[in-house]
Amino acid sequence: MNAESFEIKAYPEMWKDLGMDVERFDKMRLMLGEIYRKTYLTQKNRPVKMAYFDDMVAEIHGGRIKEILAAKAEGRPVIGTFCVYIPEEVVLAAGGVCVGLCGGSQGSIPDAEKILPRNICPMVKSAFGFKAGRICPYFQAVDLVYGETTCDAKKKTWEILNDTVPTYVMEIPQMKKQSDRDMWLSEVKEFKAKVEEIAGKEVTVKELTKAVKVMNGKRRALQRLNTLRHSKPTPISGKDVLLVEQIAFYDEPVRFAAQVNELCDELEQRIAAGEAVPSKDAVRIMVAGVPMALPNWKLHNLVEGAGAVIVNEESCIGTRYYKDLMAEDASDMETILTDLTKRYMNIDCSCFTPNNERIDQVLKEFRESQADGIIHYSLQFCHTYNVEEIRIREACNREGIPYMFIESDYSPEDVGQIQTRVEAFLEQISG
Amino acid sequence: MFVGIDLGSRAIKVAAWQGGNLVDSKIRESGFEPHRQVQEMIEEYQPCSVLATGYGRHLVKEYFDYQVITEIKAHALGIHALLPEATTVVDIGGQDSKVISLNAQGQVVNFQMNDKCAAGTGRFLEIMAASLAYPLGEFGPAALDSDQEVQINSMCTVFAESEVISMKNRGVPRQHIARAVHASVADRIISMLNRVGYGETIAFSGGVANNPCIVEMVRRRLDTVRVIVPENPSIIGALGASIHAQSQGRATE
Repeated sequence: MNAESFEIKAYPEMWKDLGMDVERFDKMRLMLGEIYRKTYLTQKNRPVKMAYFDDMVAEIHGGRIKEILAAKAEGRPVIGTFCVYIPEEVVLAAGGVCVGLCGGSQGSIPDAEKILPRNICPMVKSAFGFKAGRICPYFQAVDLVYGETTCDAKKKTWEILNDTVPTYVMEIPQMKKQSDRDMWLSEVKEFKAKVEEIAGKEVTVKELTKAVKVMNGKRRALQRLNTLRHSKPTPISGKDVLLVEQIAFYDEPVRFAAQVNELCDELEQRIAAGEAVPSKDAVRIMVAGVPMALPNWKLHNLVEGAGAVIVNEESCIGTRYYKDLMAEDASDMETILTDLTKRYMNIDCSCFTPNNERIDQVLKEFRESQADGIIHYSLQFCHTYNVEEIRIREACNREGIPYMFIESDYSPEDVGQIQTRVEAFLEQISG
Repeated sequence: MFVGIDLGSRAIKVAAWQGGNLVDSKIRESGFEPHRQVQEMIEEYQPCSVLATGYGRHLVKEYFDYQVITEIKAHALGIHALLPEATTVVDIGGQDSKVISLNAQGQVVNFQMNDKCAAGTGRFLEIMAASLAYPLGEFGPAALDSDQEVQINSMCTVFAESEVISMKNRGVPRQHIARAVHASVADRIISMLNRVGYGETIAFSGGVANNPCIVEMVRRRLDTVRVIVPENPSIIGALGASIHAQSQGRATE
């Protein structure tokens, strides 16, 4: 990809048809293109196969939207989401499309703050602002937003969001007792009925089994990518892997998995040749905590700008999305849905109490990724991750793992301070 | 000779290190174009190498290609060189405050920085001193003179200033308000110390260590711990940078 000529492609006619604020959105497009160019295309020694993902960014507000609108024209349900708890298999089985919605940028927060309280999570505000300002084509294109009850800010914002876009809320339990599992199963069944209603057809066992295989394929490809980047030295930058993980939320899953696997083939060659990004002795950092919605590259940019490399994201944008698979051989609907519930129940979101599985998972990923230290990253006002951080810190102290906690939002105002802290943390690790 | 530069938010500090001794140091207000100030400040030296730290470190790296370290490492090195018994460093500068915990070799094992606002920093004290019409050098001594316990509840600089103004207008004598301002900074330092943990000897560095009331209040709140202040606390960061310049020089020889 030629860094100088990179731009996010403009589709003003289509945006107008989607009822967007075209003039304002076009400015945001230029800004995003510039940030992407500076953050991504100035990296040295990138894998060639990242070209596909560069294209996916260039077409983020165009090509992919066209595909989604075409699916919609065929009567296929298009469902927007913010959370890894959405049973994507069910949507795919109904012929539908799942897309992650915009929610990772400072630009839309003033729109949200006209309505929502200021002191809530930036991701919730950003997402709400994208709809309020009509500056996210995905939001404009969806039939339905899938909301969940993983936090209070989201839960109550869905009520307000429902005024401008139909928002379906699925209740996520907060404990993992049998009664919670039963409740979750009935929620999955209700969600399936809702998707079938939009699709105008019933989901069959055959279609659901096929969807399970598709999602497993996608998750396996991401697992493979994550395992390869764990090599020492690592063959790919943390920024690039984060981008692939972010694109996972809006790309077509079969094509995406094939592209990730092609990237993995290249990484295997790089590993065999001993190629290192950025250098063989770079400090290796694992990130744990909250998701980073596109274009939130703030922490990765600072860490890798300081010469280190990020080798794992223990996060909804990372392993929490793809670490668990489903059985593919179930033959009746009830068994598949029970399997599905079980798989989703394994997600160790901090909304659960207790959530000790997550502490073990963090330590496991630390060992697997051969990291030198952990940065726990939380968004401001994310109470569950911010409090659970205490347990992660205790575990790291116990295990002698260098550890730092960063709480931030999408604004650039704390970049100087975080840069100093990150650099000091890297100095601390290097001795 | 090895020169260390600490480009802080309020002042630029320079230290010259030769033969294992601090042979010269300078302090100047940051002003505009800090890289030019730096150039003027070090032109009389013939250093083997120069190393920068502080908020402006990346600026001089860009201009002069100096090596850089963070102020956290620099303060740790500077304090360890002068006061090797220190187990913890409290560095309060113009725009932030830090607590740094050291191992026996003087290496950083843990650290904490204040939030991204001016609360508990030198800037906070400056603004409050101005609001009470004290020259900065008299602010600490005046607060030490007071024996009254009044309290400022707000840590935000803007809100704390409103509180100070309303106390003034209730007729509270200004040295008592000054004491309350210092107590709020000291409490914040104590809470950071408690988070990071501290050993037997806490050393102050950074410009605010020149304020006798802050040091005294921290000392009283931690009566089992030794609290010490180096002779010229403002230049500790620059000193640490100059010492690191020397060890880097050795490493590349």
